[in-house]
Amino acid sequence: MGGFEPMAAGIEKRAVSAGRADGSSVRLLSSESARRIAEESGVSLRDVEKTALSSGVIPERYVRNFDSLCLDDQKRLMDATVAVVGLGGLGGCVCELLARAGIGHLILIDGDRFEDSNLNRQLLATMDTIGKAKTQVAYDRLQAVNPAVEAILRNGYLSAATATGWLAGASVVVDCLDNLKDRFLLERAAKALEVPMVSAALAGGFGQLMTIYPEDEGLSLVYGPVDTAPEKGAEVHLGTLGFTAALMASLECAEVIKILTGKGEVVRNRLLVMDLWNSRLDILPLQSDVRYGEGGTSCHEDRCPSES
Amino acid sequence: MERSIELRLFASLQRFIPNPEGRCPITPPTRIRDIVERLGIPVEEAKLIFVDGRRGDLNTVLNGGERVGIFPPVGGG
Repeated sequence: MGGFEPMAAGIEKRAVSAGRADGSSVRLLSSESARRIAEESGVSLRDVEKTALSSGVIPERYVRNFDSLCLDDQKRLMDATVAVVGLGGLGGCVCELLARAGIGHLILIDGDRFEDSNLNRQLLATMDTIGKAKTQVAYDRLQAVNPAVEAILRNGYLSAATATGWLAGASVVVDCLDNLKDRFLLERAAKALEVPMVSAALAGGFGQLMTIYPEDEGLSLVYGPVDTAPEKGAEVHLGTLGFTAALMASLECAEVIKILTGKGEVVRNRLLVMDLWNSRLDILPLQSDVRYGEGGTSCHEDRCPSES
Repeated sequence: MERSIELRLFASLQRFIPNPEGRCPITPPTRIRDIVERLGIPVEEAKLIFVDGRRGDLNTVLNGGERVGIFPPVGGG
């Protein structure tokens, strides 16, 4: 017999108490136990993990997220749908980190296939995946890393006609694209859907990032009006380096998790710039009347209740 | 009277930096556009301009002593 009751009973039966390095104790559910419970109860792995969290049992795969994240935060991630648009240097790494963090649903969008020139930076590009569709390779990787993640694949390029339909249901959109025209198109769709967009771009050892809420001016603060923005930027001369791509992807994931949990402070109406050749990081105000230190939006305080 | 500014050029613009310290002599009042043109930076690549931590533009006038950062458009991923 399948369903909720046997699932909840399975979790109680298989949860194991464990001591943490700080002396506290938690109840954990191994990934193998979660898989078996899902199989035996005929429910999804994500439902098993979610029910476990609701009963105070931490799926062991997420235990190192604690106490930086609390049970409620982890549940929020599991309930979230994040759209990753572009599965190259930024997107491949973003997918990996979001899946490991425990985002419940990913919408993966890219119409491209892997090629040799991707191998310097794109984690999903390997000798075995050259020539394969990026969405399918990303999906296979998700299955290997965290099969609880439910993914929707869009093996195509975003267009004005497809954008809002493909992104529908997303709570956050992550811009991992490689040209300015599509970034503006994505921003327009995210605004139409009234969801925040996290945007990063890189050229050589330089990277930049910002988070755009629907009411924010957004990309035109950085690139000027859409009709004057060029198709490509400095990356035409400098290429795109792996360490910069991975770093900017990590920063994008931090923004996503801050948005979803309400923790910390997002980079809003400001531009985070990284110059990795000169080891510099700065956060610049984008509105002309704001000076560094006064700008942006301070989000909620860390409001994780004690989980003891 | 000649004075100077501290110029920081980012990404593809770094190749136009006049010296490693970024010290750039000016005769005030000087517009940022004058410096951009003098250094041979394509004007359309001077996309984002900051002066002492505030947003500026090509027409911002400098009197010396300022810290100026100039960024090109960047779109790779």
